[in-house]
Amino acid sequence: MKKDAIGDSLSRVDGRLKVTGGAKYSGEFKITGLTYGVLVPATITNGTITSIDTKAAERAPGVLKVITYLNATKVPGYQPDESKPASKGLKLFNDNKIHFNQQPIALVIADTFERATYAASLIKATYQKEPFKTNFHQNIDNSMVPQGGNYKDYIRGEADAYKNAPVKIEQAYLLPSEIHNPMELHVTTAFWNTDGKLTVFTKSQGVISSQKAFANAFKIEQSTVQINSRFVGGAFGSSLRTWPHEIAAAQAAKMLNRPVKLTLTREQMFTLVGYRPQTIQKMGIGATPDGQLVGITHESLSQSAVYEEFTERSVNVSRFLYASPNANTRYKVVPLHVGVPAPMRGPGEATGAFALECALDELAYALNMDPIALRLKNYADADPEKNLPWSSKYLKECYQKGADKIGWEKRSSKPGTNREGDWLVGYGIGCGAFGAYRNKAQAYIKLLADGSVNIKSATSDIGPGTGTSMVLIAADILKISAEKITFDLGDSSLPEAPTQGGSATVSSVGSAVHDVCIALKKKLNTLTGKPENNEDLDYAKILKQQNLPFIELTQGSEGTDEAKNYSMYSFSAHFVQVHVHALTGAWRIKKVVAVVDAGKIVNNKTASSQMIGGAVGGIGMAMTEEAIIDDRFGRLVNGNLADYHVPVNADIPQIEAIFINKPDMHTNPLGTKGIGEISLIGVAPAIANAVYNATGKRIRELPITPDKLI
Amino acid sequence: MNQFQYVRPAETSGAIKSIALDTNAHFLAGGTNLIDLMKMGIIAPERLVDINNLPLKTIENIPGHLRIGTLVTNTQVAENQFIKENFPLLSMAINAGASPQLRNMATTGGNLLQRTRCPYFFDTTMPCNKRVPGSGCGALEGYNRMHAIFGASDKCIAVNPSDMNVALTALNALVHVSGPKAARTIPFADFHRLPGDHPELDTTLQKGELITSVDIPTVPFTKNVYYLKVRDRSSYAFALVSAAVALNIENNTIQDVRLAMGGVAHKPWRLIATETFLKGKTVSEETFKQAAQIAMEGAKAYEHNKFKLKLAPNALLQALKTASGLKA
Repeated sequence: MKKDAIGDSLSRVDGRLKVTGGAKYSGEFKITGLTYGVLVPATITNGTITSIDTKAAERAPGVLKVITYLNATKVPGYQPDESKPASKGLKLFNDNKIHFNQQPIALVIADTFERATYAASLIKATYQKEPFKTNFHQNIDNSMVPQGGNYKDYIRGEADAYKNAPVKIEQAYLLPSEIHNPMELHVTTAFWNTDGKLTVFTKSQGVISSQKAFANAFKIEQSTVQINSRFVGGAFGSSLRTWPHEIAAAQAAKMLNRPVKLTLTREQMFTLVGYRPQTIQKMGIGATPDGQLVGITHESLSQSAVYEEFTERSVNVSRFLYASPNANTRYKVVPLHVGVPAPMRGPGEATGAFALECALDELAYALNMDPIALRLKNYADADPEKNLPWSSKYLKECYQKGADKIGWEKRSSKPGTNREGDWLVGYGIGCGAFGAYRNKAQAYIKLLADGSVNIKSATSDIGPGTGTSMVLIAADILKISAEKITFDLGDSSLPEAPTQGGSATVSSVGSAVHDVCIALKKKLNTLTGKPENNEDLDYAKILKQQNLPFIELTQGSEGTDEAKNYSMYSFSAHFVQVHVHALTGAWRIKKVVAVVDAGKIVNNKTASSQMIGGAVGGIGMAMTEEAIIDDRFGRLVNGNLADYHVPVNADIPQIEAIFINKPDMHTNPLGTKGIGEISLIGVAPAIANAVYNATGKRIRELPITPDKLI
Repeated sequence: MNQFQYVRPAETSGAIKSIALDTNAHFLAGGTNLIDLMKMGIIAPERLVDINNLPLKTIENIPGHLRIGTLVTNTQVAENQFIKENFPLLSMAINAGASPQLRNMATTGGNLLQRTRCPYFFDTTMPCNKRVPGSGCGALEGYNRMHAIFGASDKCIAVNPSDMNVALTALNALVHVSGPKAARTIPFADFHRLPGDHPELDTTLQKGELITSVDIPTVPFTKNVYYLKVRDRSSYAFALVSAAVALNIENNTIQDVRLAMGGVAHKPWRLIATETFLKGKTVSEETFKQAAQIAMEGAKAYEHNKFKLKLAPNALLQALKTASGLKA
């Protein structure tokens, strides 16, 4: 019997399946009669299709069907009706409009993937081209306040108060578009059963939201859609929503009355499943000579798509992270003829933290003040935006532990003066915050005669080790060994759980698992006539005594209204040591220390792994990743993994994750706050600030490639 | 799929006869570049002559030369103990390129013939004079960050992507070819072309000719050598610029020197004038700085690759310093 399983270091419960190939991903299910779909991309950027010649493709060996807007059966949910407007977003094969380059114009279905690929190359289209806009900077004048959501200007105190401060920084920070690029391609396999039910294997961060999306598209009962997504080979936000090509796979399966597997190519992964949008952020930040903040102004302009608006919370961090009496933010989007963006790990909060934390670093140098001292001077003891106490905040401890670990005392306060041979040495800090969200979730538990336990919830695991954490939570509450517990997820027939995103899975699903385990114990105590809180339970024995083969129950966790009384965030401080070659601009990140206040840590091992993954993503964001469009054609020029650079192993140094690991008493019964996003937020500014400390070069446009450092 | 003939002859003469049977025929060795080009729709051969059964897989030490068979893989060359000791520049350059998986497949002859990585060459919807002569150069006024600063033309500003080639040109390698006519030997400097009006031609290889081996004359450059590659990430990225430096230093005097750069031209860029300048000079930072400036004579940049005008001499200077052991 194990005590206090929460906080342990448990290896992934599905690790063996993953490394032995036993884990089956969406593209790996052998289904009788399976057919293969390949999308054909448009070669213009805006306009209409005037003709599509599909004859050669249709005659090609093995081809079963070529679907275009001319012959596609209408997707009911794409059609507007009186009751509600048509669903948002791109509607594939619904009309002849082209909104962005490489938008699919046809779907070829054949008996093999190779034959479908070849036939797709034979399709020829003619177009009526229209003028298009893909250049973000040239179209900033067309920026607009988002139509959906609350993106009104925020003002606390006086707007643009920084302008009157004795010391001020006024700078713009640029992020390029970045592509999620999970290892696993997006694959959807769909088939319709004879009773009209739809089964889909797809890469999904939320099987219930996928289920709803398919049900809405085909106007069928949600319960008649079965979504399976037990294993996901990375997603980073690219599978938060159901994409048009997933609907197209089901549409094709219906038209053919056969199962269809649609796999995106790596090139299509660059245009069809979202990306972190290109953003320009104008920062104004001012302080008194002793470093007291006077005002922060944060304005963000972000790329969006002409056919669908995309927004994120890039400016929000400047409202609450520091105790500035005056703060104001503005947020606008620039609609372009590009595929629609999607949240990418950390999402807008990571974008915003890059601008705020770099500007703060610039201010520290202008004040001749240590960047940590400046942060401490303006430490927010309560949330200045919501005017609420924090549910918990240990950011000061983060500063201290990180500074100790990175060797902050070795940092030179004069940039460009710390040298090791030809290499310039620099240190930097970048902080971040991400909301500690919690959503409704349900969990089912079944206690079996041998005392083993199976728990189920329709959550997902895109990599953090969700099942492993849930097993630990159950082991902790039931006081049984983790080996006796199994956890099922990634299946829409299981009890409802939210989409895995926004770092909220442990808070939401973990709370449901917590609650269902407590409920089970209560039930057993009731059965045996013991007090409700009796902890001395021999599960197998009780079942035997009660002559029960098993006990099962389902419990929902509704969340809490504590968010009315407390402001809830995870906080982080990332510390980086970087070397930059004085002559060639080559860089080596030598060390990353990530210190996180994310409440109680459930599984130390997988949480550390998640922190490392987030830091790697942050290194890519800071140093290598940039999707480039040639605006003459509206096409990407580096839409492949050779020319779009994700960091390689050799770019990644020792990354150390340190958890404050103090439970938050207000978020949920487990005391957790979430780490998925905070692991990346703050990494890029920490690196950019370290690069400045090393070289004296302030790079405000990511990525920081060698050419910018010579 | 596109139908094509596939043959795998056992003799070099058979391979040369076979390649002549179709106008659109290609030799296939490691396939690390050719297969990509077929998949991307850039080439659609009617015949592939797989040469992997030909007896061209040995590294031979013959008097005055090292002879590397065309099918010797990049890994085999880079890890060969004799080459590591006697031609360390070649090992360093090869190991700076691609990834271990690719180097295990890629061959010596194939590396000489790899096509440019210009994005306009790779995207069949874009203009590219190298892919479709007369269609225009997409890079000239497009995204040309990776492109040439030496020897380009208004028809093409692409660069040769190879690291190995940079070392081989510095080492005065000789390329042996067989073909429908008599076998011949091409000095490395004459093997790759500048684009001029015919960027579709990467090399001076004639139709139907097969590289059989590459010879490297014995050189005194065993100690003071360095291959410096500056790139966007630590591995698996093409050079922004690279510099190959081989020095023969006696009593702090440069007796002999070979210099070449990569990522700067349509061919591996040999720096003869700079070599002449350095010969007989004493090793010093000031001399190297002057050399790096001489190396840049005639350089011309485009919108997105202006940084190369500074990075290239810096990289050469650093490579000279490292090769000579000059401290910072």
